[in-house]
Amino acid sequence: MRAAPLIVGAGPAGIRAAMTLVAAGLRPVVVDEAPACGGQIYRQPLIPDGRTPAGRYGSEAAKAMRLHTEFAELRDRIDYRPGTLVWNLALGVAHLTRDGKSDSIAHDGLILATGAMDRVLPVPGWTLPGVFSLGGAQIALKAQGAAIGRRVVFLGSGPLLYLVAWQYLKAGVNVVAVLDTAPFTAKLRLAAGLLLDPRTLLLGLRYAAELRLAGVPIRFGVEKPEINGDGRVDSIGWAEAGRVGHLACDAVAFGLGLKPEAQLAELAGCAFVFSERDRVYVPLRDRAGRSSVSGVYVAGDGAGIMGADAAEAAGERAALALIEDRGLAFDAGRARQLESALKRLSRFRDVMAAAFPFPHDWRIADDTTLCRCEEITAGEARAAIAQFGIREINRLKAVSRIGMGRCQGRLCSGAAAELLAQETGQGIDAAGRLRGQAPVKPVPLSLMDRISEVAE
Amino acid sequence: MTGMLRVDVAIIGGGLVGTSAALSLATSGLSVALLDKGFCGAQASGVNYGGVRRQGRPPEQLPLSQRAHAIWPELAKKIGIDGEFSRSGHLKLAQSEADMAALEAYAKAVAGHGLSLELIGHNGLRERFGWISGSIVGASFCSGDGHANPRLVSAGFATAARRAGVQVFEQMPVENFTAIGGGFALETATGLSVRASQVVNCAGAWADRFAALAGEPVPLSRIYPSMIVTEPLEPLLTVNIGMEGGGIYARQVERGNCIVGGERGVALDDPDFSRPTAEGATSIMNRTAAYFPALAHAQAIRFWSGTEAAMPDRNPVLGLSATTPGLIHAFGFTGAGFQLAPGVGEVIADLVRSGDTETPIDAFSIRRFLPVANKARTEQGSSAVPSTEPQKTGVPS
Repeated sequence: MRAAPLIVGAGPAGIRAAMTLVAAGLRPVVVDEAPACGGQIYRQPLIPDGRTPAGRYGSEAAKAMRLHTEFAELRDRIDYRPGTLVWNLALGVAHLTRDGKSDSIAHDGLILATGAMDRVLPVPGWTLPGVFSLGGAQIALKAQGAAIGRRVVFLGSGPLLYLVAWQYLKAGVNVVAVLDTAPFTAKLRLAAGLLLDPRTLLLGLRYAAELRLAGVPIRFGVEKPEINGDGRVDSIGWAEAGRVGHLACDAVAFGLGLKPEAQLAELAGCAFVFSERDRVYVPLRDRAGRSSVSGVYVAGDGAGIMGADAAEAAGERAALALIEDRGLAFDAGRARQLESALKRLSRFRDVMAAAFPFPHDWRIADDTTLCRCEEITAGEARAAIAQFGIREINRLKAVSRIGMGRCQGRLCSGAAAELLAQETGQGIDAAGRLRGQAPVKPVPLSLMDRISEVAE
Repeated sequence: MTGMLRVDVAIIGGGLVGTSAALSLATSGLSVALLDKGFCGAQASGVNYGGVRRQGRPPEQLPLSQRAHAIWPELAKKIGIDGEFSRSGHLKLAQSEADMAALEAYAKAVAGHGLSLELIGHNGLRERFGWISGSIVGASFCSGDGHANPRLVSAGFATAARRAGVQVFEQMPVENFTAIGGGFALETATGLSVRASQVVNCAGAWADRFAALAGEPVPLSRIYPSMIVTEPLEPLLTVNIGMEGGGIYARQVERGNCIVGGERGVALDDPDFSRPTAEGATSIMNRTAAYFPALAHAQAIRFWSGTEAAMPDRNPVLGLSATTPGLIHAFGFTGAGFQLAPGVGEVIADLVRSGDTETPIDAFSIRRFLPVANKARTEQGSSAVPSTEPQKTGVPS
């Protein structure tokens, strides 16, 4: 008997993948770091806090509830392991840890639905207490009913900028300003998205409109942001079309879009390709989500940023591919339908990337921290690049320690690649990507092997 | 890059051996081209454990090791950075009375080599190194040994070589070399050809191909020593730690991270790279927690391993080619080359300049792998005889 497939991640992609495999008669193992399903976007509260789903998820409440409910219905038909980290992958074996104990799961077929994290670039003051990523600010509100401050400035680029600002507004927080790093003209490109995903687009416009109605200043073309404070955020300054701005605040939510969490795909041996749209290397995949490694599939934002709706479709599509590759009956018509939906959503994503562009010419000041785990400044990185004639990011890591700390470059490698590309006058793709190593996240030395035998 | 380049010496391999030889040769006025298939110091030279130790080496390696020993404290003068070299001492632990007896025997066997080994009993260990588990019965201490940062040292030598005028070509694999008219022609994958009077083969785990091109096949195998590193911690490991019989080896770097090695990784699909196994890494972590109880709750943040050349007798190949005048081999350090490398660079420079060196290296001749020469050598009782250090595996330096 063949071993069960393994799904990593229980967000929209992982949930849809699990449902699809179960419908085909398989009993997948589903491993997820969170204590409850939903991923980041449909994250559930740790304890009931009295809020309704509409209060928590806003316009996306129906989707969230459907996924939560449908996943709950799978309970007896999957081997679900919440609160569990996959810290390593080897050939056909996943190494897990939960509460300091480790386990390994032999599997046949692997769907990686590992999601995304915030993408940030360093600005002066970005490591001050009171500065959060946009996603972190959203999770604080969604999962814990907490705001990151009383007077919050939202800074960066991406749809999340307006969504989270609007959610904070609705939660009664004083939204001091939205500082968009893209010029207003970029937003005109949104018109092209109307036919592709009108609902998402109109929602976005509604958020911006309601923020304006509430009197929240929205600034475009914000440059050289600088977060100030002595031990804690107290204000933010910026430049804008030759003028400077300055506002008092006690917290800043900052983000420049999302980046895939693709470490497990790397440990699984998947080939990567550079994505111009995401400005990072992403796992190579076919339209169905097959990676370069037989039996390994990638779906959702972990394979390239496409959003939650696309993640649902991609999770289902990848599961269908696994079913097909396993020699089981699969619905080819449904597969084609999903692929065409994904194609349309990808075009919409192109529009969003144009409307919320990444700031390509971001200059990180020499005295600004670049790698916060290892406390390396941009100036130290530049000095290392010059001193050792560095052109490649793994070499930069070797001589500067950038990406060598607790987060293993998850947070800083994008910024380091941008800086290396700028310093050497080459494209960011030529700077390369950090080679991934286990553990994906820190594990204790006293990690003990084997907490349980594999069920199947 | 295409075209033709004429130099006195072409060096294949930009690891520590190649870059230190290049630096020495360029400093003495020779023109040098150094070619690496990837980046200088990106393989074993840059990713090894970082031990700078003489203790535990077989006696035939000690003169070479002593030559290197003199260079390590001079790094700042030589390459502009100290490479985080710390003369912390190297403490080799015994887990049993038999291990302790082996350490005592080793200390006797190398008494004439100036290592100044100090044998420490259980009580002494508790007094001086109380952070080590009481289950350790004793140790041998070499106060002159230490450790350094391979990432920095390897990059530092490459940079210093460049500054000294060495022409460094990275991402330029050498595809072939042939002896022509008293010199050599090297062809690279990118179309550059190099004419050189002498060639140094220090291509590490890739060196066997070049030896074979010279008609000297060698029984080189690849090993993948694996390491784990903790998050930065308060100072605890005051010395570089080794263990009799293998086990683990551990040091704490300036930043505070503890690096612990042991076990072997496996090659990836691209066999130039490797990765520790989860079982191996877990075993290293658990043993670390057992030997150094204060680290039990520390977090491991990264595992890695490197690709290293190993010879069956665990001694390197170092010296003149047996078939091809003008060709020098220096590879196969079997996980213990980091400390030796700066000395090896000097020896190579001697060989290039005069065809000879005052440092005894006969035991490392490639002739030992020629069937007849090998027999003769065994009779001489050199390194084909089991090492006095009964280690089961090559302990990366």
